[in-house]
Amino acid sequence: MPSSNQASNQASNQASNQASDQEIELLRLVTVGSVDDGKSTLIGRLLYDTKGAFEDQLQAVRKDDGEGANGIDLAQLTDGLAAEREQGITIDVAYRYFSTPKRKFIMADCPGHEQYTRNMVTGASTANAAIILIDARKGVLQQTRRHTHIIGLLGLPHLIVAINKMDLIDYDEATFNRIKEELSEFCARQNIHDLICIPISALAGDMVVDRGDNMSWYQGQTVLETLEGVEVSGHIDEADFRFPVQYVCRPQTKELPDFRGFMGRIASGTVKVGDEVMQLPAGKKSKIKEIVTFDGNLDEAFAPQSVTLTLADEIDISRGDIIVHADKAPQIANEIDAIVCWMGEEPLTPRKKYHIKHATNTVKAMVSEIQYRTDINALTQDETAEALAVNEIGKVSLKLMSPLTVDRYADNRATGNFIIIDSFTNNTVGAAMIC
Amino acid sequence: MPQHKLTQLQELESESIHIMREVVAEFRNPVMLYSVGKDSSVMLHLARKAFHPGPLPFSLLHVDTGYKFKEMYEFRDWYVKEVGAKLIVHRNEDAIAKGMNPQDFGVARCCGALKTGALLEALEIGDYDAAFGGARRDEERSRAKERVYSMRDSFGQWDPKNQRPELWSLYNGRIHDGESVRVFPISNWTEMDVWQYIREENIPIVPLYYAKERLMVERGDHLIPAEEGQFLLEGEEPKMVMSRYRTLGCMPCTGAVRSSANTIEGIIEEASIATRSERETRIIDHGSNSMEDKKKEGYF
Ligand SMILES: Nc1nc2c(ncn2[C@@H]2O[C@H](COP(=O)(O)OP(=O)(O)OP(=O)(O)O)[C@@H](O)[C@H]2O)c(=O)[nH]1
Ligand SMILES: [Mg+2]
Repeated sequence: MPSSNQASNQASNQASNQASDQEIELLRLVTVGSVDDGKSTLIGRLLYDTKGAFEDQLQAVRKDDGEGANGIDLAQLTDGLAAEREQGITIDVAYRYFSTPKRKFIMADCPGHEQYTRNMVTGASTANAAIILIDARKGVLQQTRRHTHIIGLLGLPHLIVAINKMDLIDYDEATFNRIKEELSEFCARQNIHDLICIPISALAGDMVVDRGDNMSWYQGQTVLETLEGVEVSGHIDEADFRFPVQYVCRPQTKELPDFRGFMGRIASGTVKVGDEVMQLPAGKKSKIKEIVTFDGNLDEAFAPQSVTLTLADEIDISRGDIIVHADKAPQIANEIDAIVCWMGEEPLTPRKKYHIKHATNTVKAMVSEIQYRTDINALTQDETAEALAVNEIGKVSLKLMSPLTVDRYADNRATGNFIIIDSFTNNTVGAAMIC
Repeated sequence: MPQHKLTQLQELESESIHIMREVVAEFRNPVMLYSVGKDSSVMLHLARKAFHPGPLPFSLLHVDTGYKFKEMYEFRDWYVKEVGAKLIVHRNEDAIAKGMNPQDFGVARCCGALKTGALLEALEIGDYDAAFGGARRDEERSRAKERVYSMRDSFGQWDPKNQRPELWSLYNGRIHDGESVRVFPISNWTEMDVWQYIREENIPIVPLYYAKERLMVERGDHLIPAEEGQFLLEGEEPKMVMSRYRTLGCMPCTGAVRSSANTIEGIIEEASIATRSERETRIIDHGSNSMEDKKKEGYF
């Protein structure tokens, strides 16, 4: 339905002051792609055209040479660090916000440079939709492949490809189709199908919020229409209930001498008062007595609500345990295999020990084996690899010093991931997805 | 089958509560910075929700410059008592005794001593390893770059080019002795979210946010309160102006805006058509890069 909601697209950043407030959902979006492909410019364009940037913020990035939107350097709207503006590149993720009457958007603008891949993974890990930018003059580059592969591994539900700088190739449909083919073929090899491809000019604004006059050959939706349309809430009802315990609440006050509640955020699924539940890893069973919140007790709660659970029986539960439905339990593992995006300056090697944080639990672990390292270009697996260097991706086996209650990442994003922490520097050095 | 969906505000609330609980569970001695403004009101409300039915498991820390508005001190003392929180007030008494002020010493030095200096001093005295702040990424472009857990070295300094990766909602709270984190649970909230949440949850805020006739002087583009103890320039004539504050800071450095919004609805209405950011009424942010530089020095 091209151009039908042109009017709603003109919404302001602050337009959420309407009756529909109650229904406004959140979409977390990330822009990725190779260096200079126009990620920051696209975010700047979205902010500018939806009036999500204030005048004083625009003033600060107005240039004299009149390029872009009214002489505004759109990329500089998001490149918030002095070093970024000096070098004209993005170094770390910027989070920007805007709303339309339909949605609120949290946009993470990621750096394209390989050196800052760790920051790109940071921005992408919390997103539920990604826009991959490609410079129409250059086509699919190594960084495009790397980012696309990472987005695929992270399992973001929605993938949008924006073929940018169409203004520099005379808005040529054939080039657009060729690049679309090339990326689709690369994606199909890693089981990503149904790509949405949009030809755009982030700089001139074509097909971002407004359709523009230059690409009548394109019948699909604009970037904003697509973003307003994608499904966000997922399949909460079908997912198994997972409740990692963050904190045990025992006020021991005069009014509540015996209260013992388990605080946490429901990672997935739903839970009701009276449900038969089990604590893991010990496996003790009980029933949900109450679902406590500041606003009163609930009969039922669902992901991603933060609640406090009380149980019918006095069973020993502490931080790090996971409460689940007794008949839908995850695995208890002493060894795990995981796909790892490595971010440490020191390579990951067999026999090295790390801390890993999974849900609300932190345990020590040792690398027992590197199964393979992925070649980003060929998508092949090098089984002779003996280390994962910074920015490399591979499959690794880990031996855990104490057991963890885990799901496969493909089954459950929230309980299927963990981070690897260098025990010496305390730095976060790896993002891992359990297979 | 029931529809299980959260509104965006409910989702933000849940995320903030999750962050607060994570910090309390993993850190030895957290504290919540409390600056009396609307964001602090929201933070305190979220903290009460997060730990209900238990008491707040940390103290509030107000880094006071002595230059706050009278209404802010009154509100602070009333609200903190009302919710039963424990409040610590810290001032850089040394600098205050020496007469530190923005007029004679410049805004940068004054802020450096009374805000950043006092904050670092207070964190050291309290031996806190984590400090919650109510900063939001939508406030300013260097804030837009900051993690939820912002690592600080033993001098409280931020290194923007070397931030830890922050993946999914797995926050890495491991630090060395002497290091600390600043934690920003409402990172993802916008000014509009804050106002709407205040309306929906009926959260009390300082009356200065509501419009009324106030004594002001006009200085350049700014509307400066001409209250007792204010520094006025030669020839400045105070007059009554219907006005209110979008953000609250120190009296000498906070401008008001002309407005007749005297209800929360009115404020939301105004915010929804505002064309300039709320930060603009803060004199301190101006000048290129100042927020980034201040954060590198330990500002929160
Ligand atoms: N002609 C034209 N130039 C564009 C377009 N989009 C971006 N550019 C220019 O391309 C250059 C790089 O844009 P950025 O938005 O900074 O690229 P980026 O992808 O954010 O780069 P990194 O974050 O460093 O990876 C800038 O000079 C932009 O003005 C477009 O649609 N058309
Ligand atoms: Mg960029």
